[in-house]
Amino acid sequence: MIAYIARRLLQSIPIVFGVALLVFLLFSTVGEDPVRAALGSHATQESIDDLRQRWGLDQPLPVQFADFLRQIATLDLGESYNSGERLTKIFRRGAMVSLSLTVPPFIIGILVNISIALLIAYFRGSWFDHLATVVFVGSMSVSYLVYIITFQYVFAFQLDWFPISGYERGPASLPYLVLPWIIIVVVSAGPDIRVLRTVFLEETRADYVRTAHAKGASERVILFRHILRNAMIPILTQWVTSVPFLLLGAFLMERFFSIPGLGDTLINAIHTGDRPILMSLTVLIAIAYSLFNLLTDVLYAYADPRVKLS
Amino acid sequence: MSASATERPNTRPDEGSLGRRAFRILRRNPFALGCLGVVIVYALVAVAGHLGWLPEFQERVGGSYEPPSWDLPRILGTDIFGRSVLYKVLVGTRTAMTIGFVVAAISIPIGLGLGAVAGYYRGVVDVVVVWLYSVITSIPSILLIIGISHVLGKGLLSVCLALGFVGWVGLCRLVRGEVMKQKSREYVLAARLIGASDARIIFRHILPNVIHLPIVTASLAILGAIKSEVILTFLGVGIQDGDSWGTMIQDATGELAQGIWWPLAGVTVAMFVIIYALNVSGDALRDALDPKLR
Repeated sequence: MIAYIARRLLQSIPIVFGVALLVFLLFSTVGEDPVRAALGSHATQESIDDLRQRWGLDQPLPVQFADFLRQIATLDLGESYNSGERLTKIFRRGAMVSLSLTVPPFIIGILVNISIALLIAYFRGSWFDHLATVVFVGSMSVSYLVYIITFQYVFAFQLDWFPISGYERGPASLPYLVLPWIIIVVVSAGPDIRVLRTVFLEETRADYVRTAHAKGASERVILFRHILRNAMIPILTQWVTSVPFLLLGAFLMERFFSIPGLGDTLINAIHTGDRPILMSLTVLIAIAYSLFNLLTDVLYAYADPRVKLS
Repeated sequence: MSASATERPNTRPDEGSLGRRAFRILRRNPFALGCLGVVIVYALVAVAGHLGWLPEFQERVGGSYEPPSWDLPRILGTDIFGRSVLYKVLVGTRTAMTIGFVVAAISIPIGLGLGAVAGYYRGVVDVVVVWLYSVITSIPSILLIIGISHVLGKGLLSVCLALGFVGWVGLCRLVRGEVMKQKSREYVLAARLIGASDARIIFRHILPNVIHLPIVTASLAILGAIKSEVILTFLGVGIQDGDSWGTMIQDATGELAQGIWWPLAGVTVAMFVIIYALNVSGDALRDALDPKLR
């Protein structure tokens, strides 16, 4: 087990290196000069050179890339071009906000969607199953943006149940978060239930289900005691893989409701050309993604004794 | 050998070539056929748009913000400048379908080619391809797309390139796995024994057995590209001039607060129909083409 984890960690190094290289090439070599963008067109040559040196941009590209790798490896990420704030501080603050936006609907979504999918699996082949398919494919066919715009209009603007947008730190943030939570849960229903239904229906064709039928177990017992437990393995592992992306928050939601999470930080960094934020954040997410992928495989082996880690 | 093959009784109703069988299955599903028809109609609107046959959307057809009425140009109402919402939606259809097809045309060949080569040859090629797609999947795709289109500049082409560069990964993984499985099957061994070249084995023998993957992925790729364009445009890295569904939805945000719902309704319905049709078509094509579902 430990040997397996160690080998997987070693294997993820070239991938993280590749991400760092790709991101570095994307943002450092092409695009406008951040020093000129920051100082404007009237800056003196002296101040330009000064800032260029402070940001390390006077170095040749390979040295800059090595510096970037060293920053990632030591988690000493440097400063933002715009605010001069430490990146670690910006990321920690943003991640907390993003998690408060994404984690509750993630958990509620799991519970709601599994319940609905189980119900559909119970009534498989009936008019309820067909209706649900039509409704959920329909819900997937509406743009994310349209959900946000209409929900904000109806529930915040017309009915005045929630504030239209904004954010406050601490528990005071709750009223601002409820509407985005609802939207995230509603949007996740279509794709999630579609996948879950397929997983459940595949399980109904397994041999152990036939055995359970043969020994006279009721449909309900088979569904909840046998199928649900077996189906949880692929379901849980799939959800674990998506956890790193929760850190990033929901860009669109943060943008729309003015919630200062990591997604919003990132979009702002794109518009202002804040390269340190863009590059470090991308690589950190990639590292988290690799780690959670490993965690998924370990959990999988733990939950399903037939799976051998090799 | 050949005698026994021809004498084999044709007992299964689904016998016949892949295409013929798929057509038979599709014909039994009129709803899916209707959806395929909808996709074709949208594609024709896009072609008409490129030929300049669509009505000019910049012209005024009435007053500012007229609600829908029974007159063709104003059937979906007018926008702030008195332009026809219907004509704008049609021009947006051209943009959306163009992006969808160009992205599919970029990502499908890359995914199919790299997947087949990696799965067939394994070794160093495989390591490099797997590394490449692992790198791309470790970056949240929307971030990578924004990054690429930020670097390439704003506009239709860079959105297409960015979506295409990111979109091949899923198909590549599927094709690689399937080719690896097919490679150890007897028919491939037999083909190699009679001296078929690698290219012949891949294209003539293995490819027909995995061809359902790119076809099904294509409909999902088009759908994903259409949805992504709207989001990229909203985030300010997509299309800048006012002839896409993304810019229309962006404008609609402010308009809705003034009670002007028809531009948003027009775009939403147009988008809903094509994405629903692509979803259903993708499922139907998979049911008809996937050899495992026989």
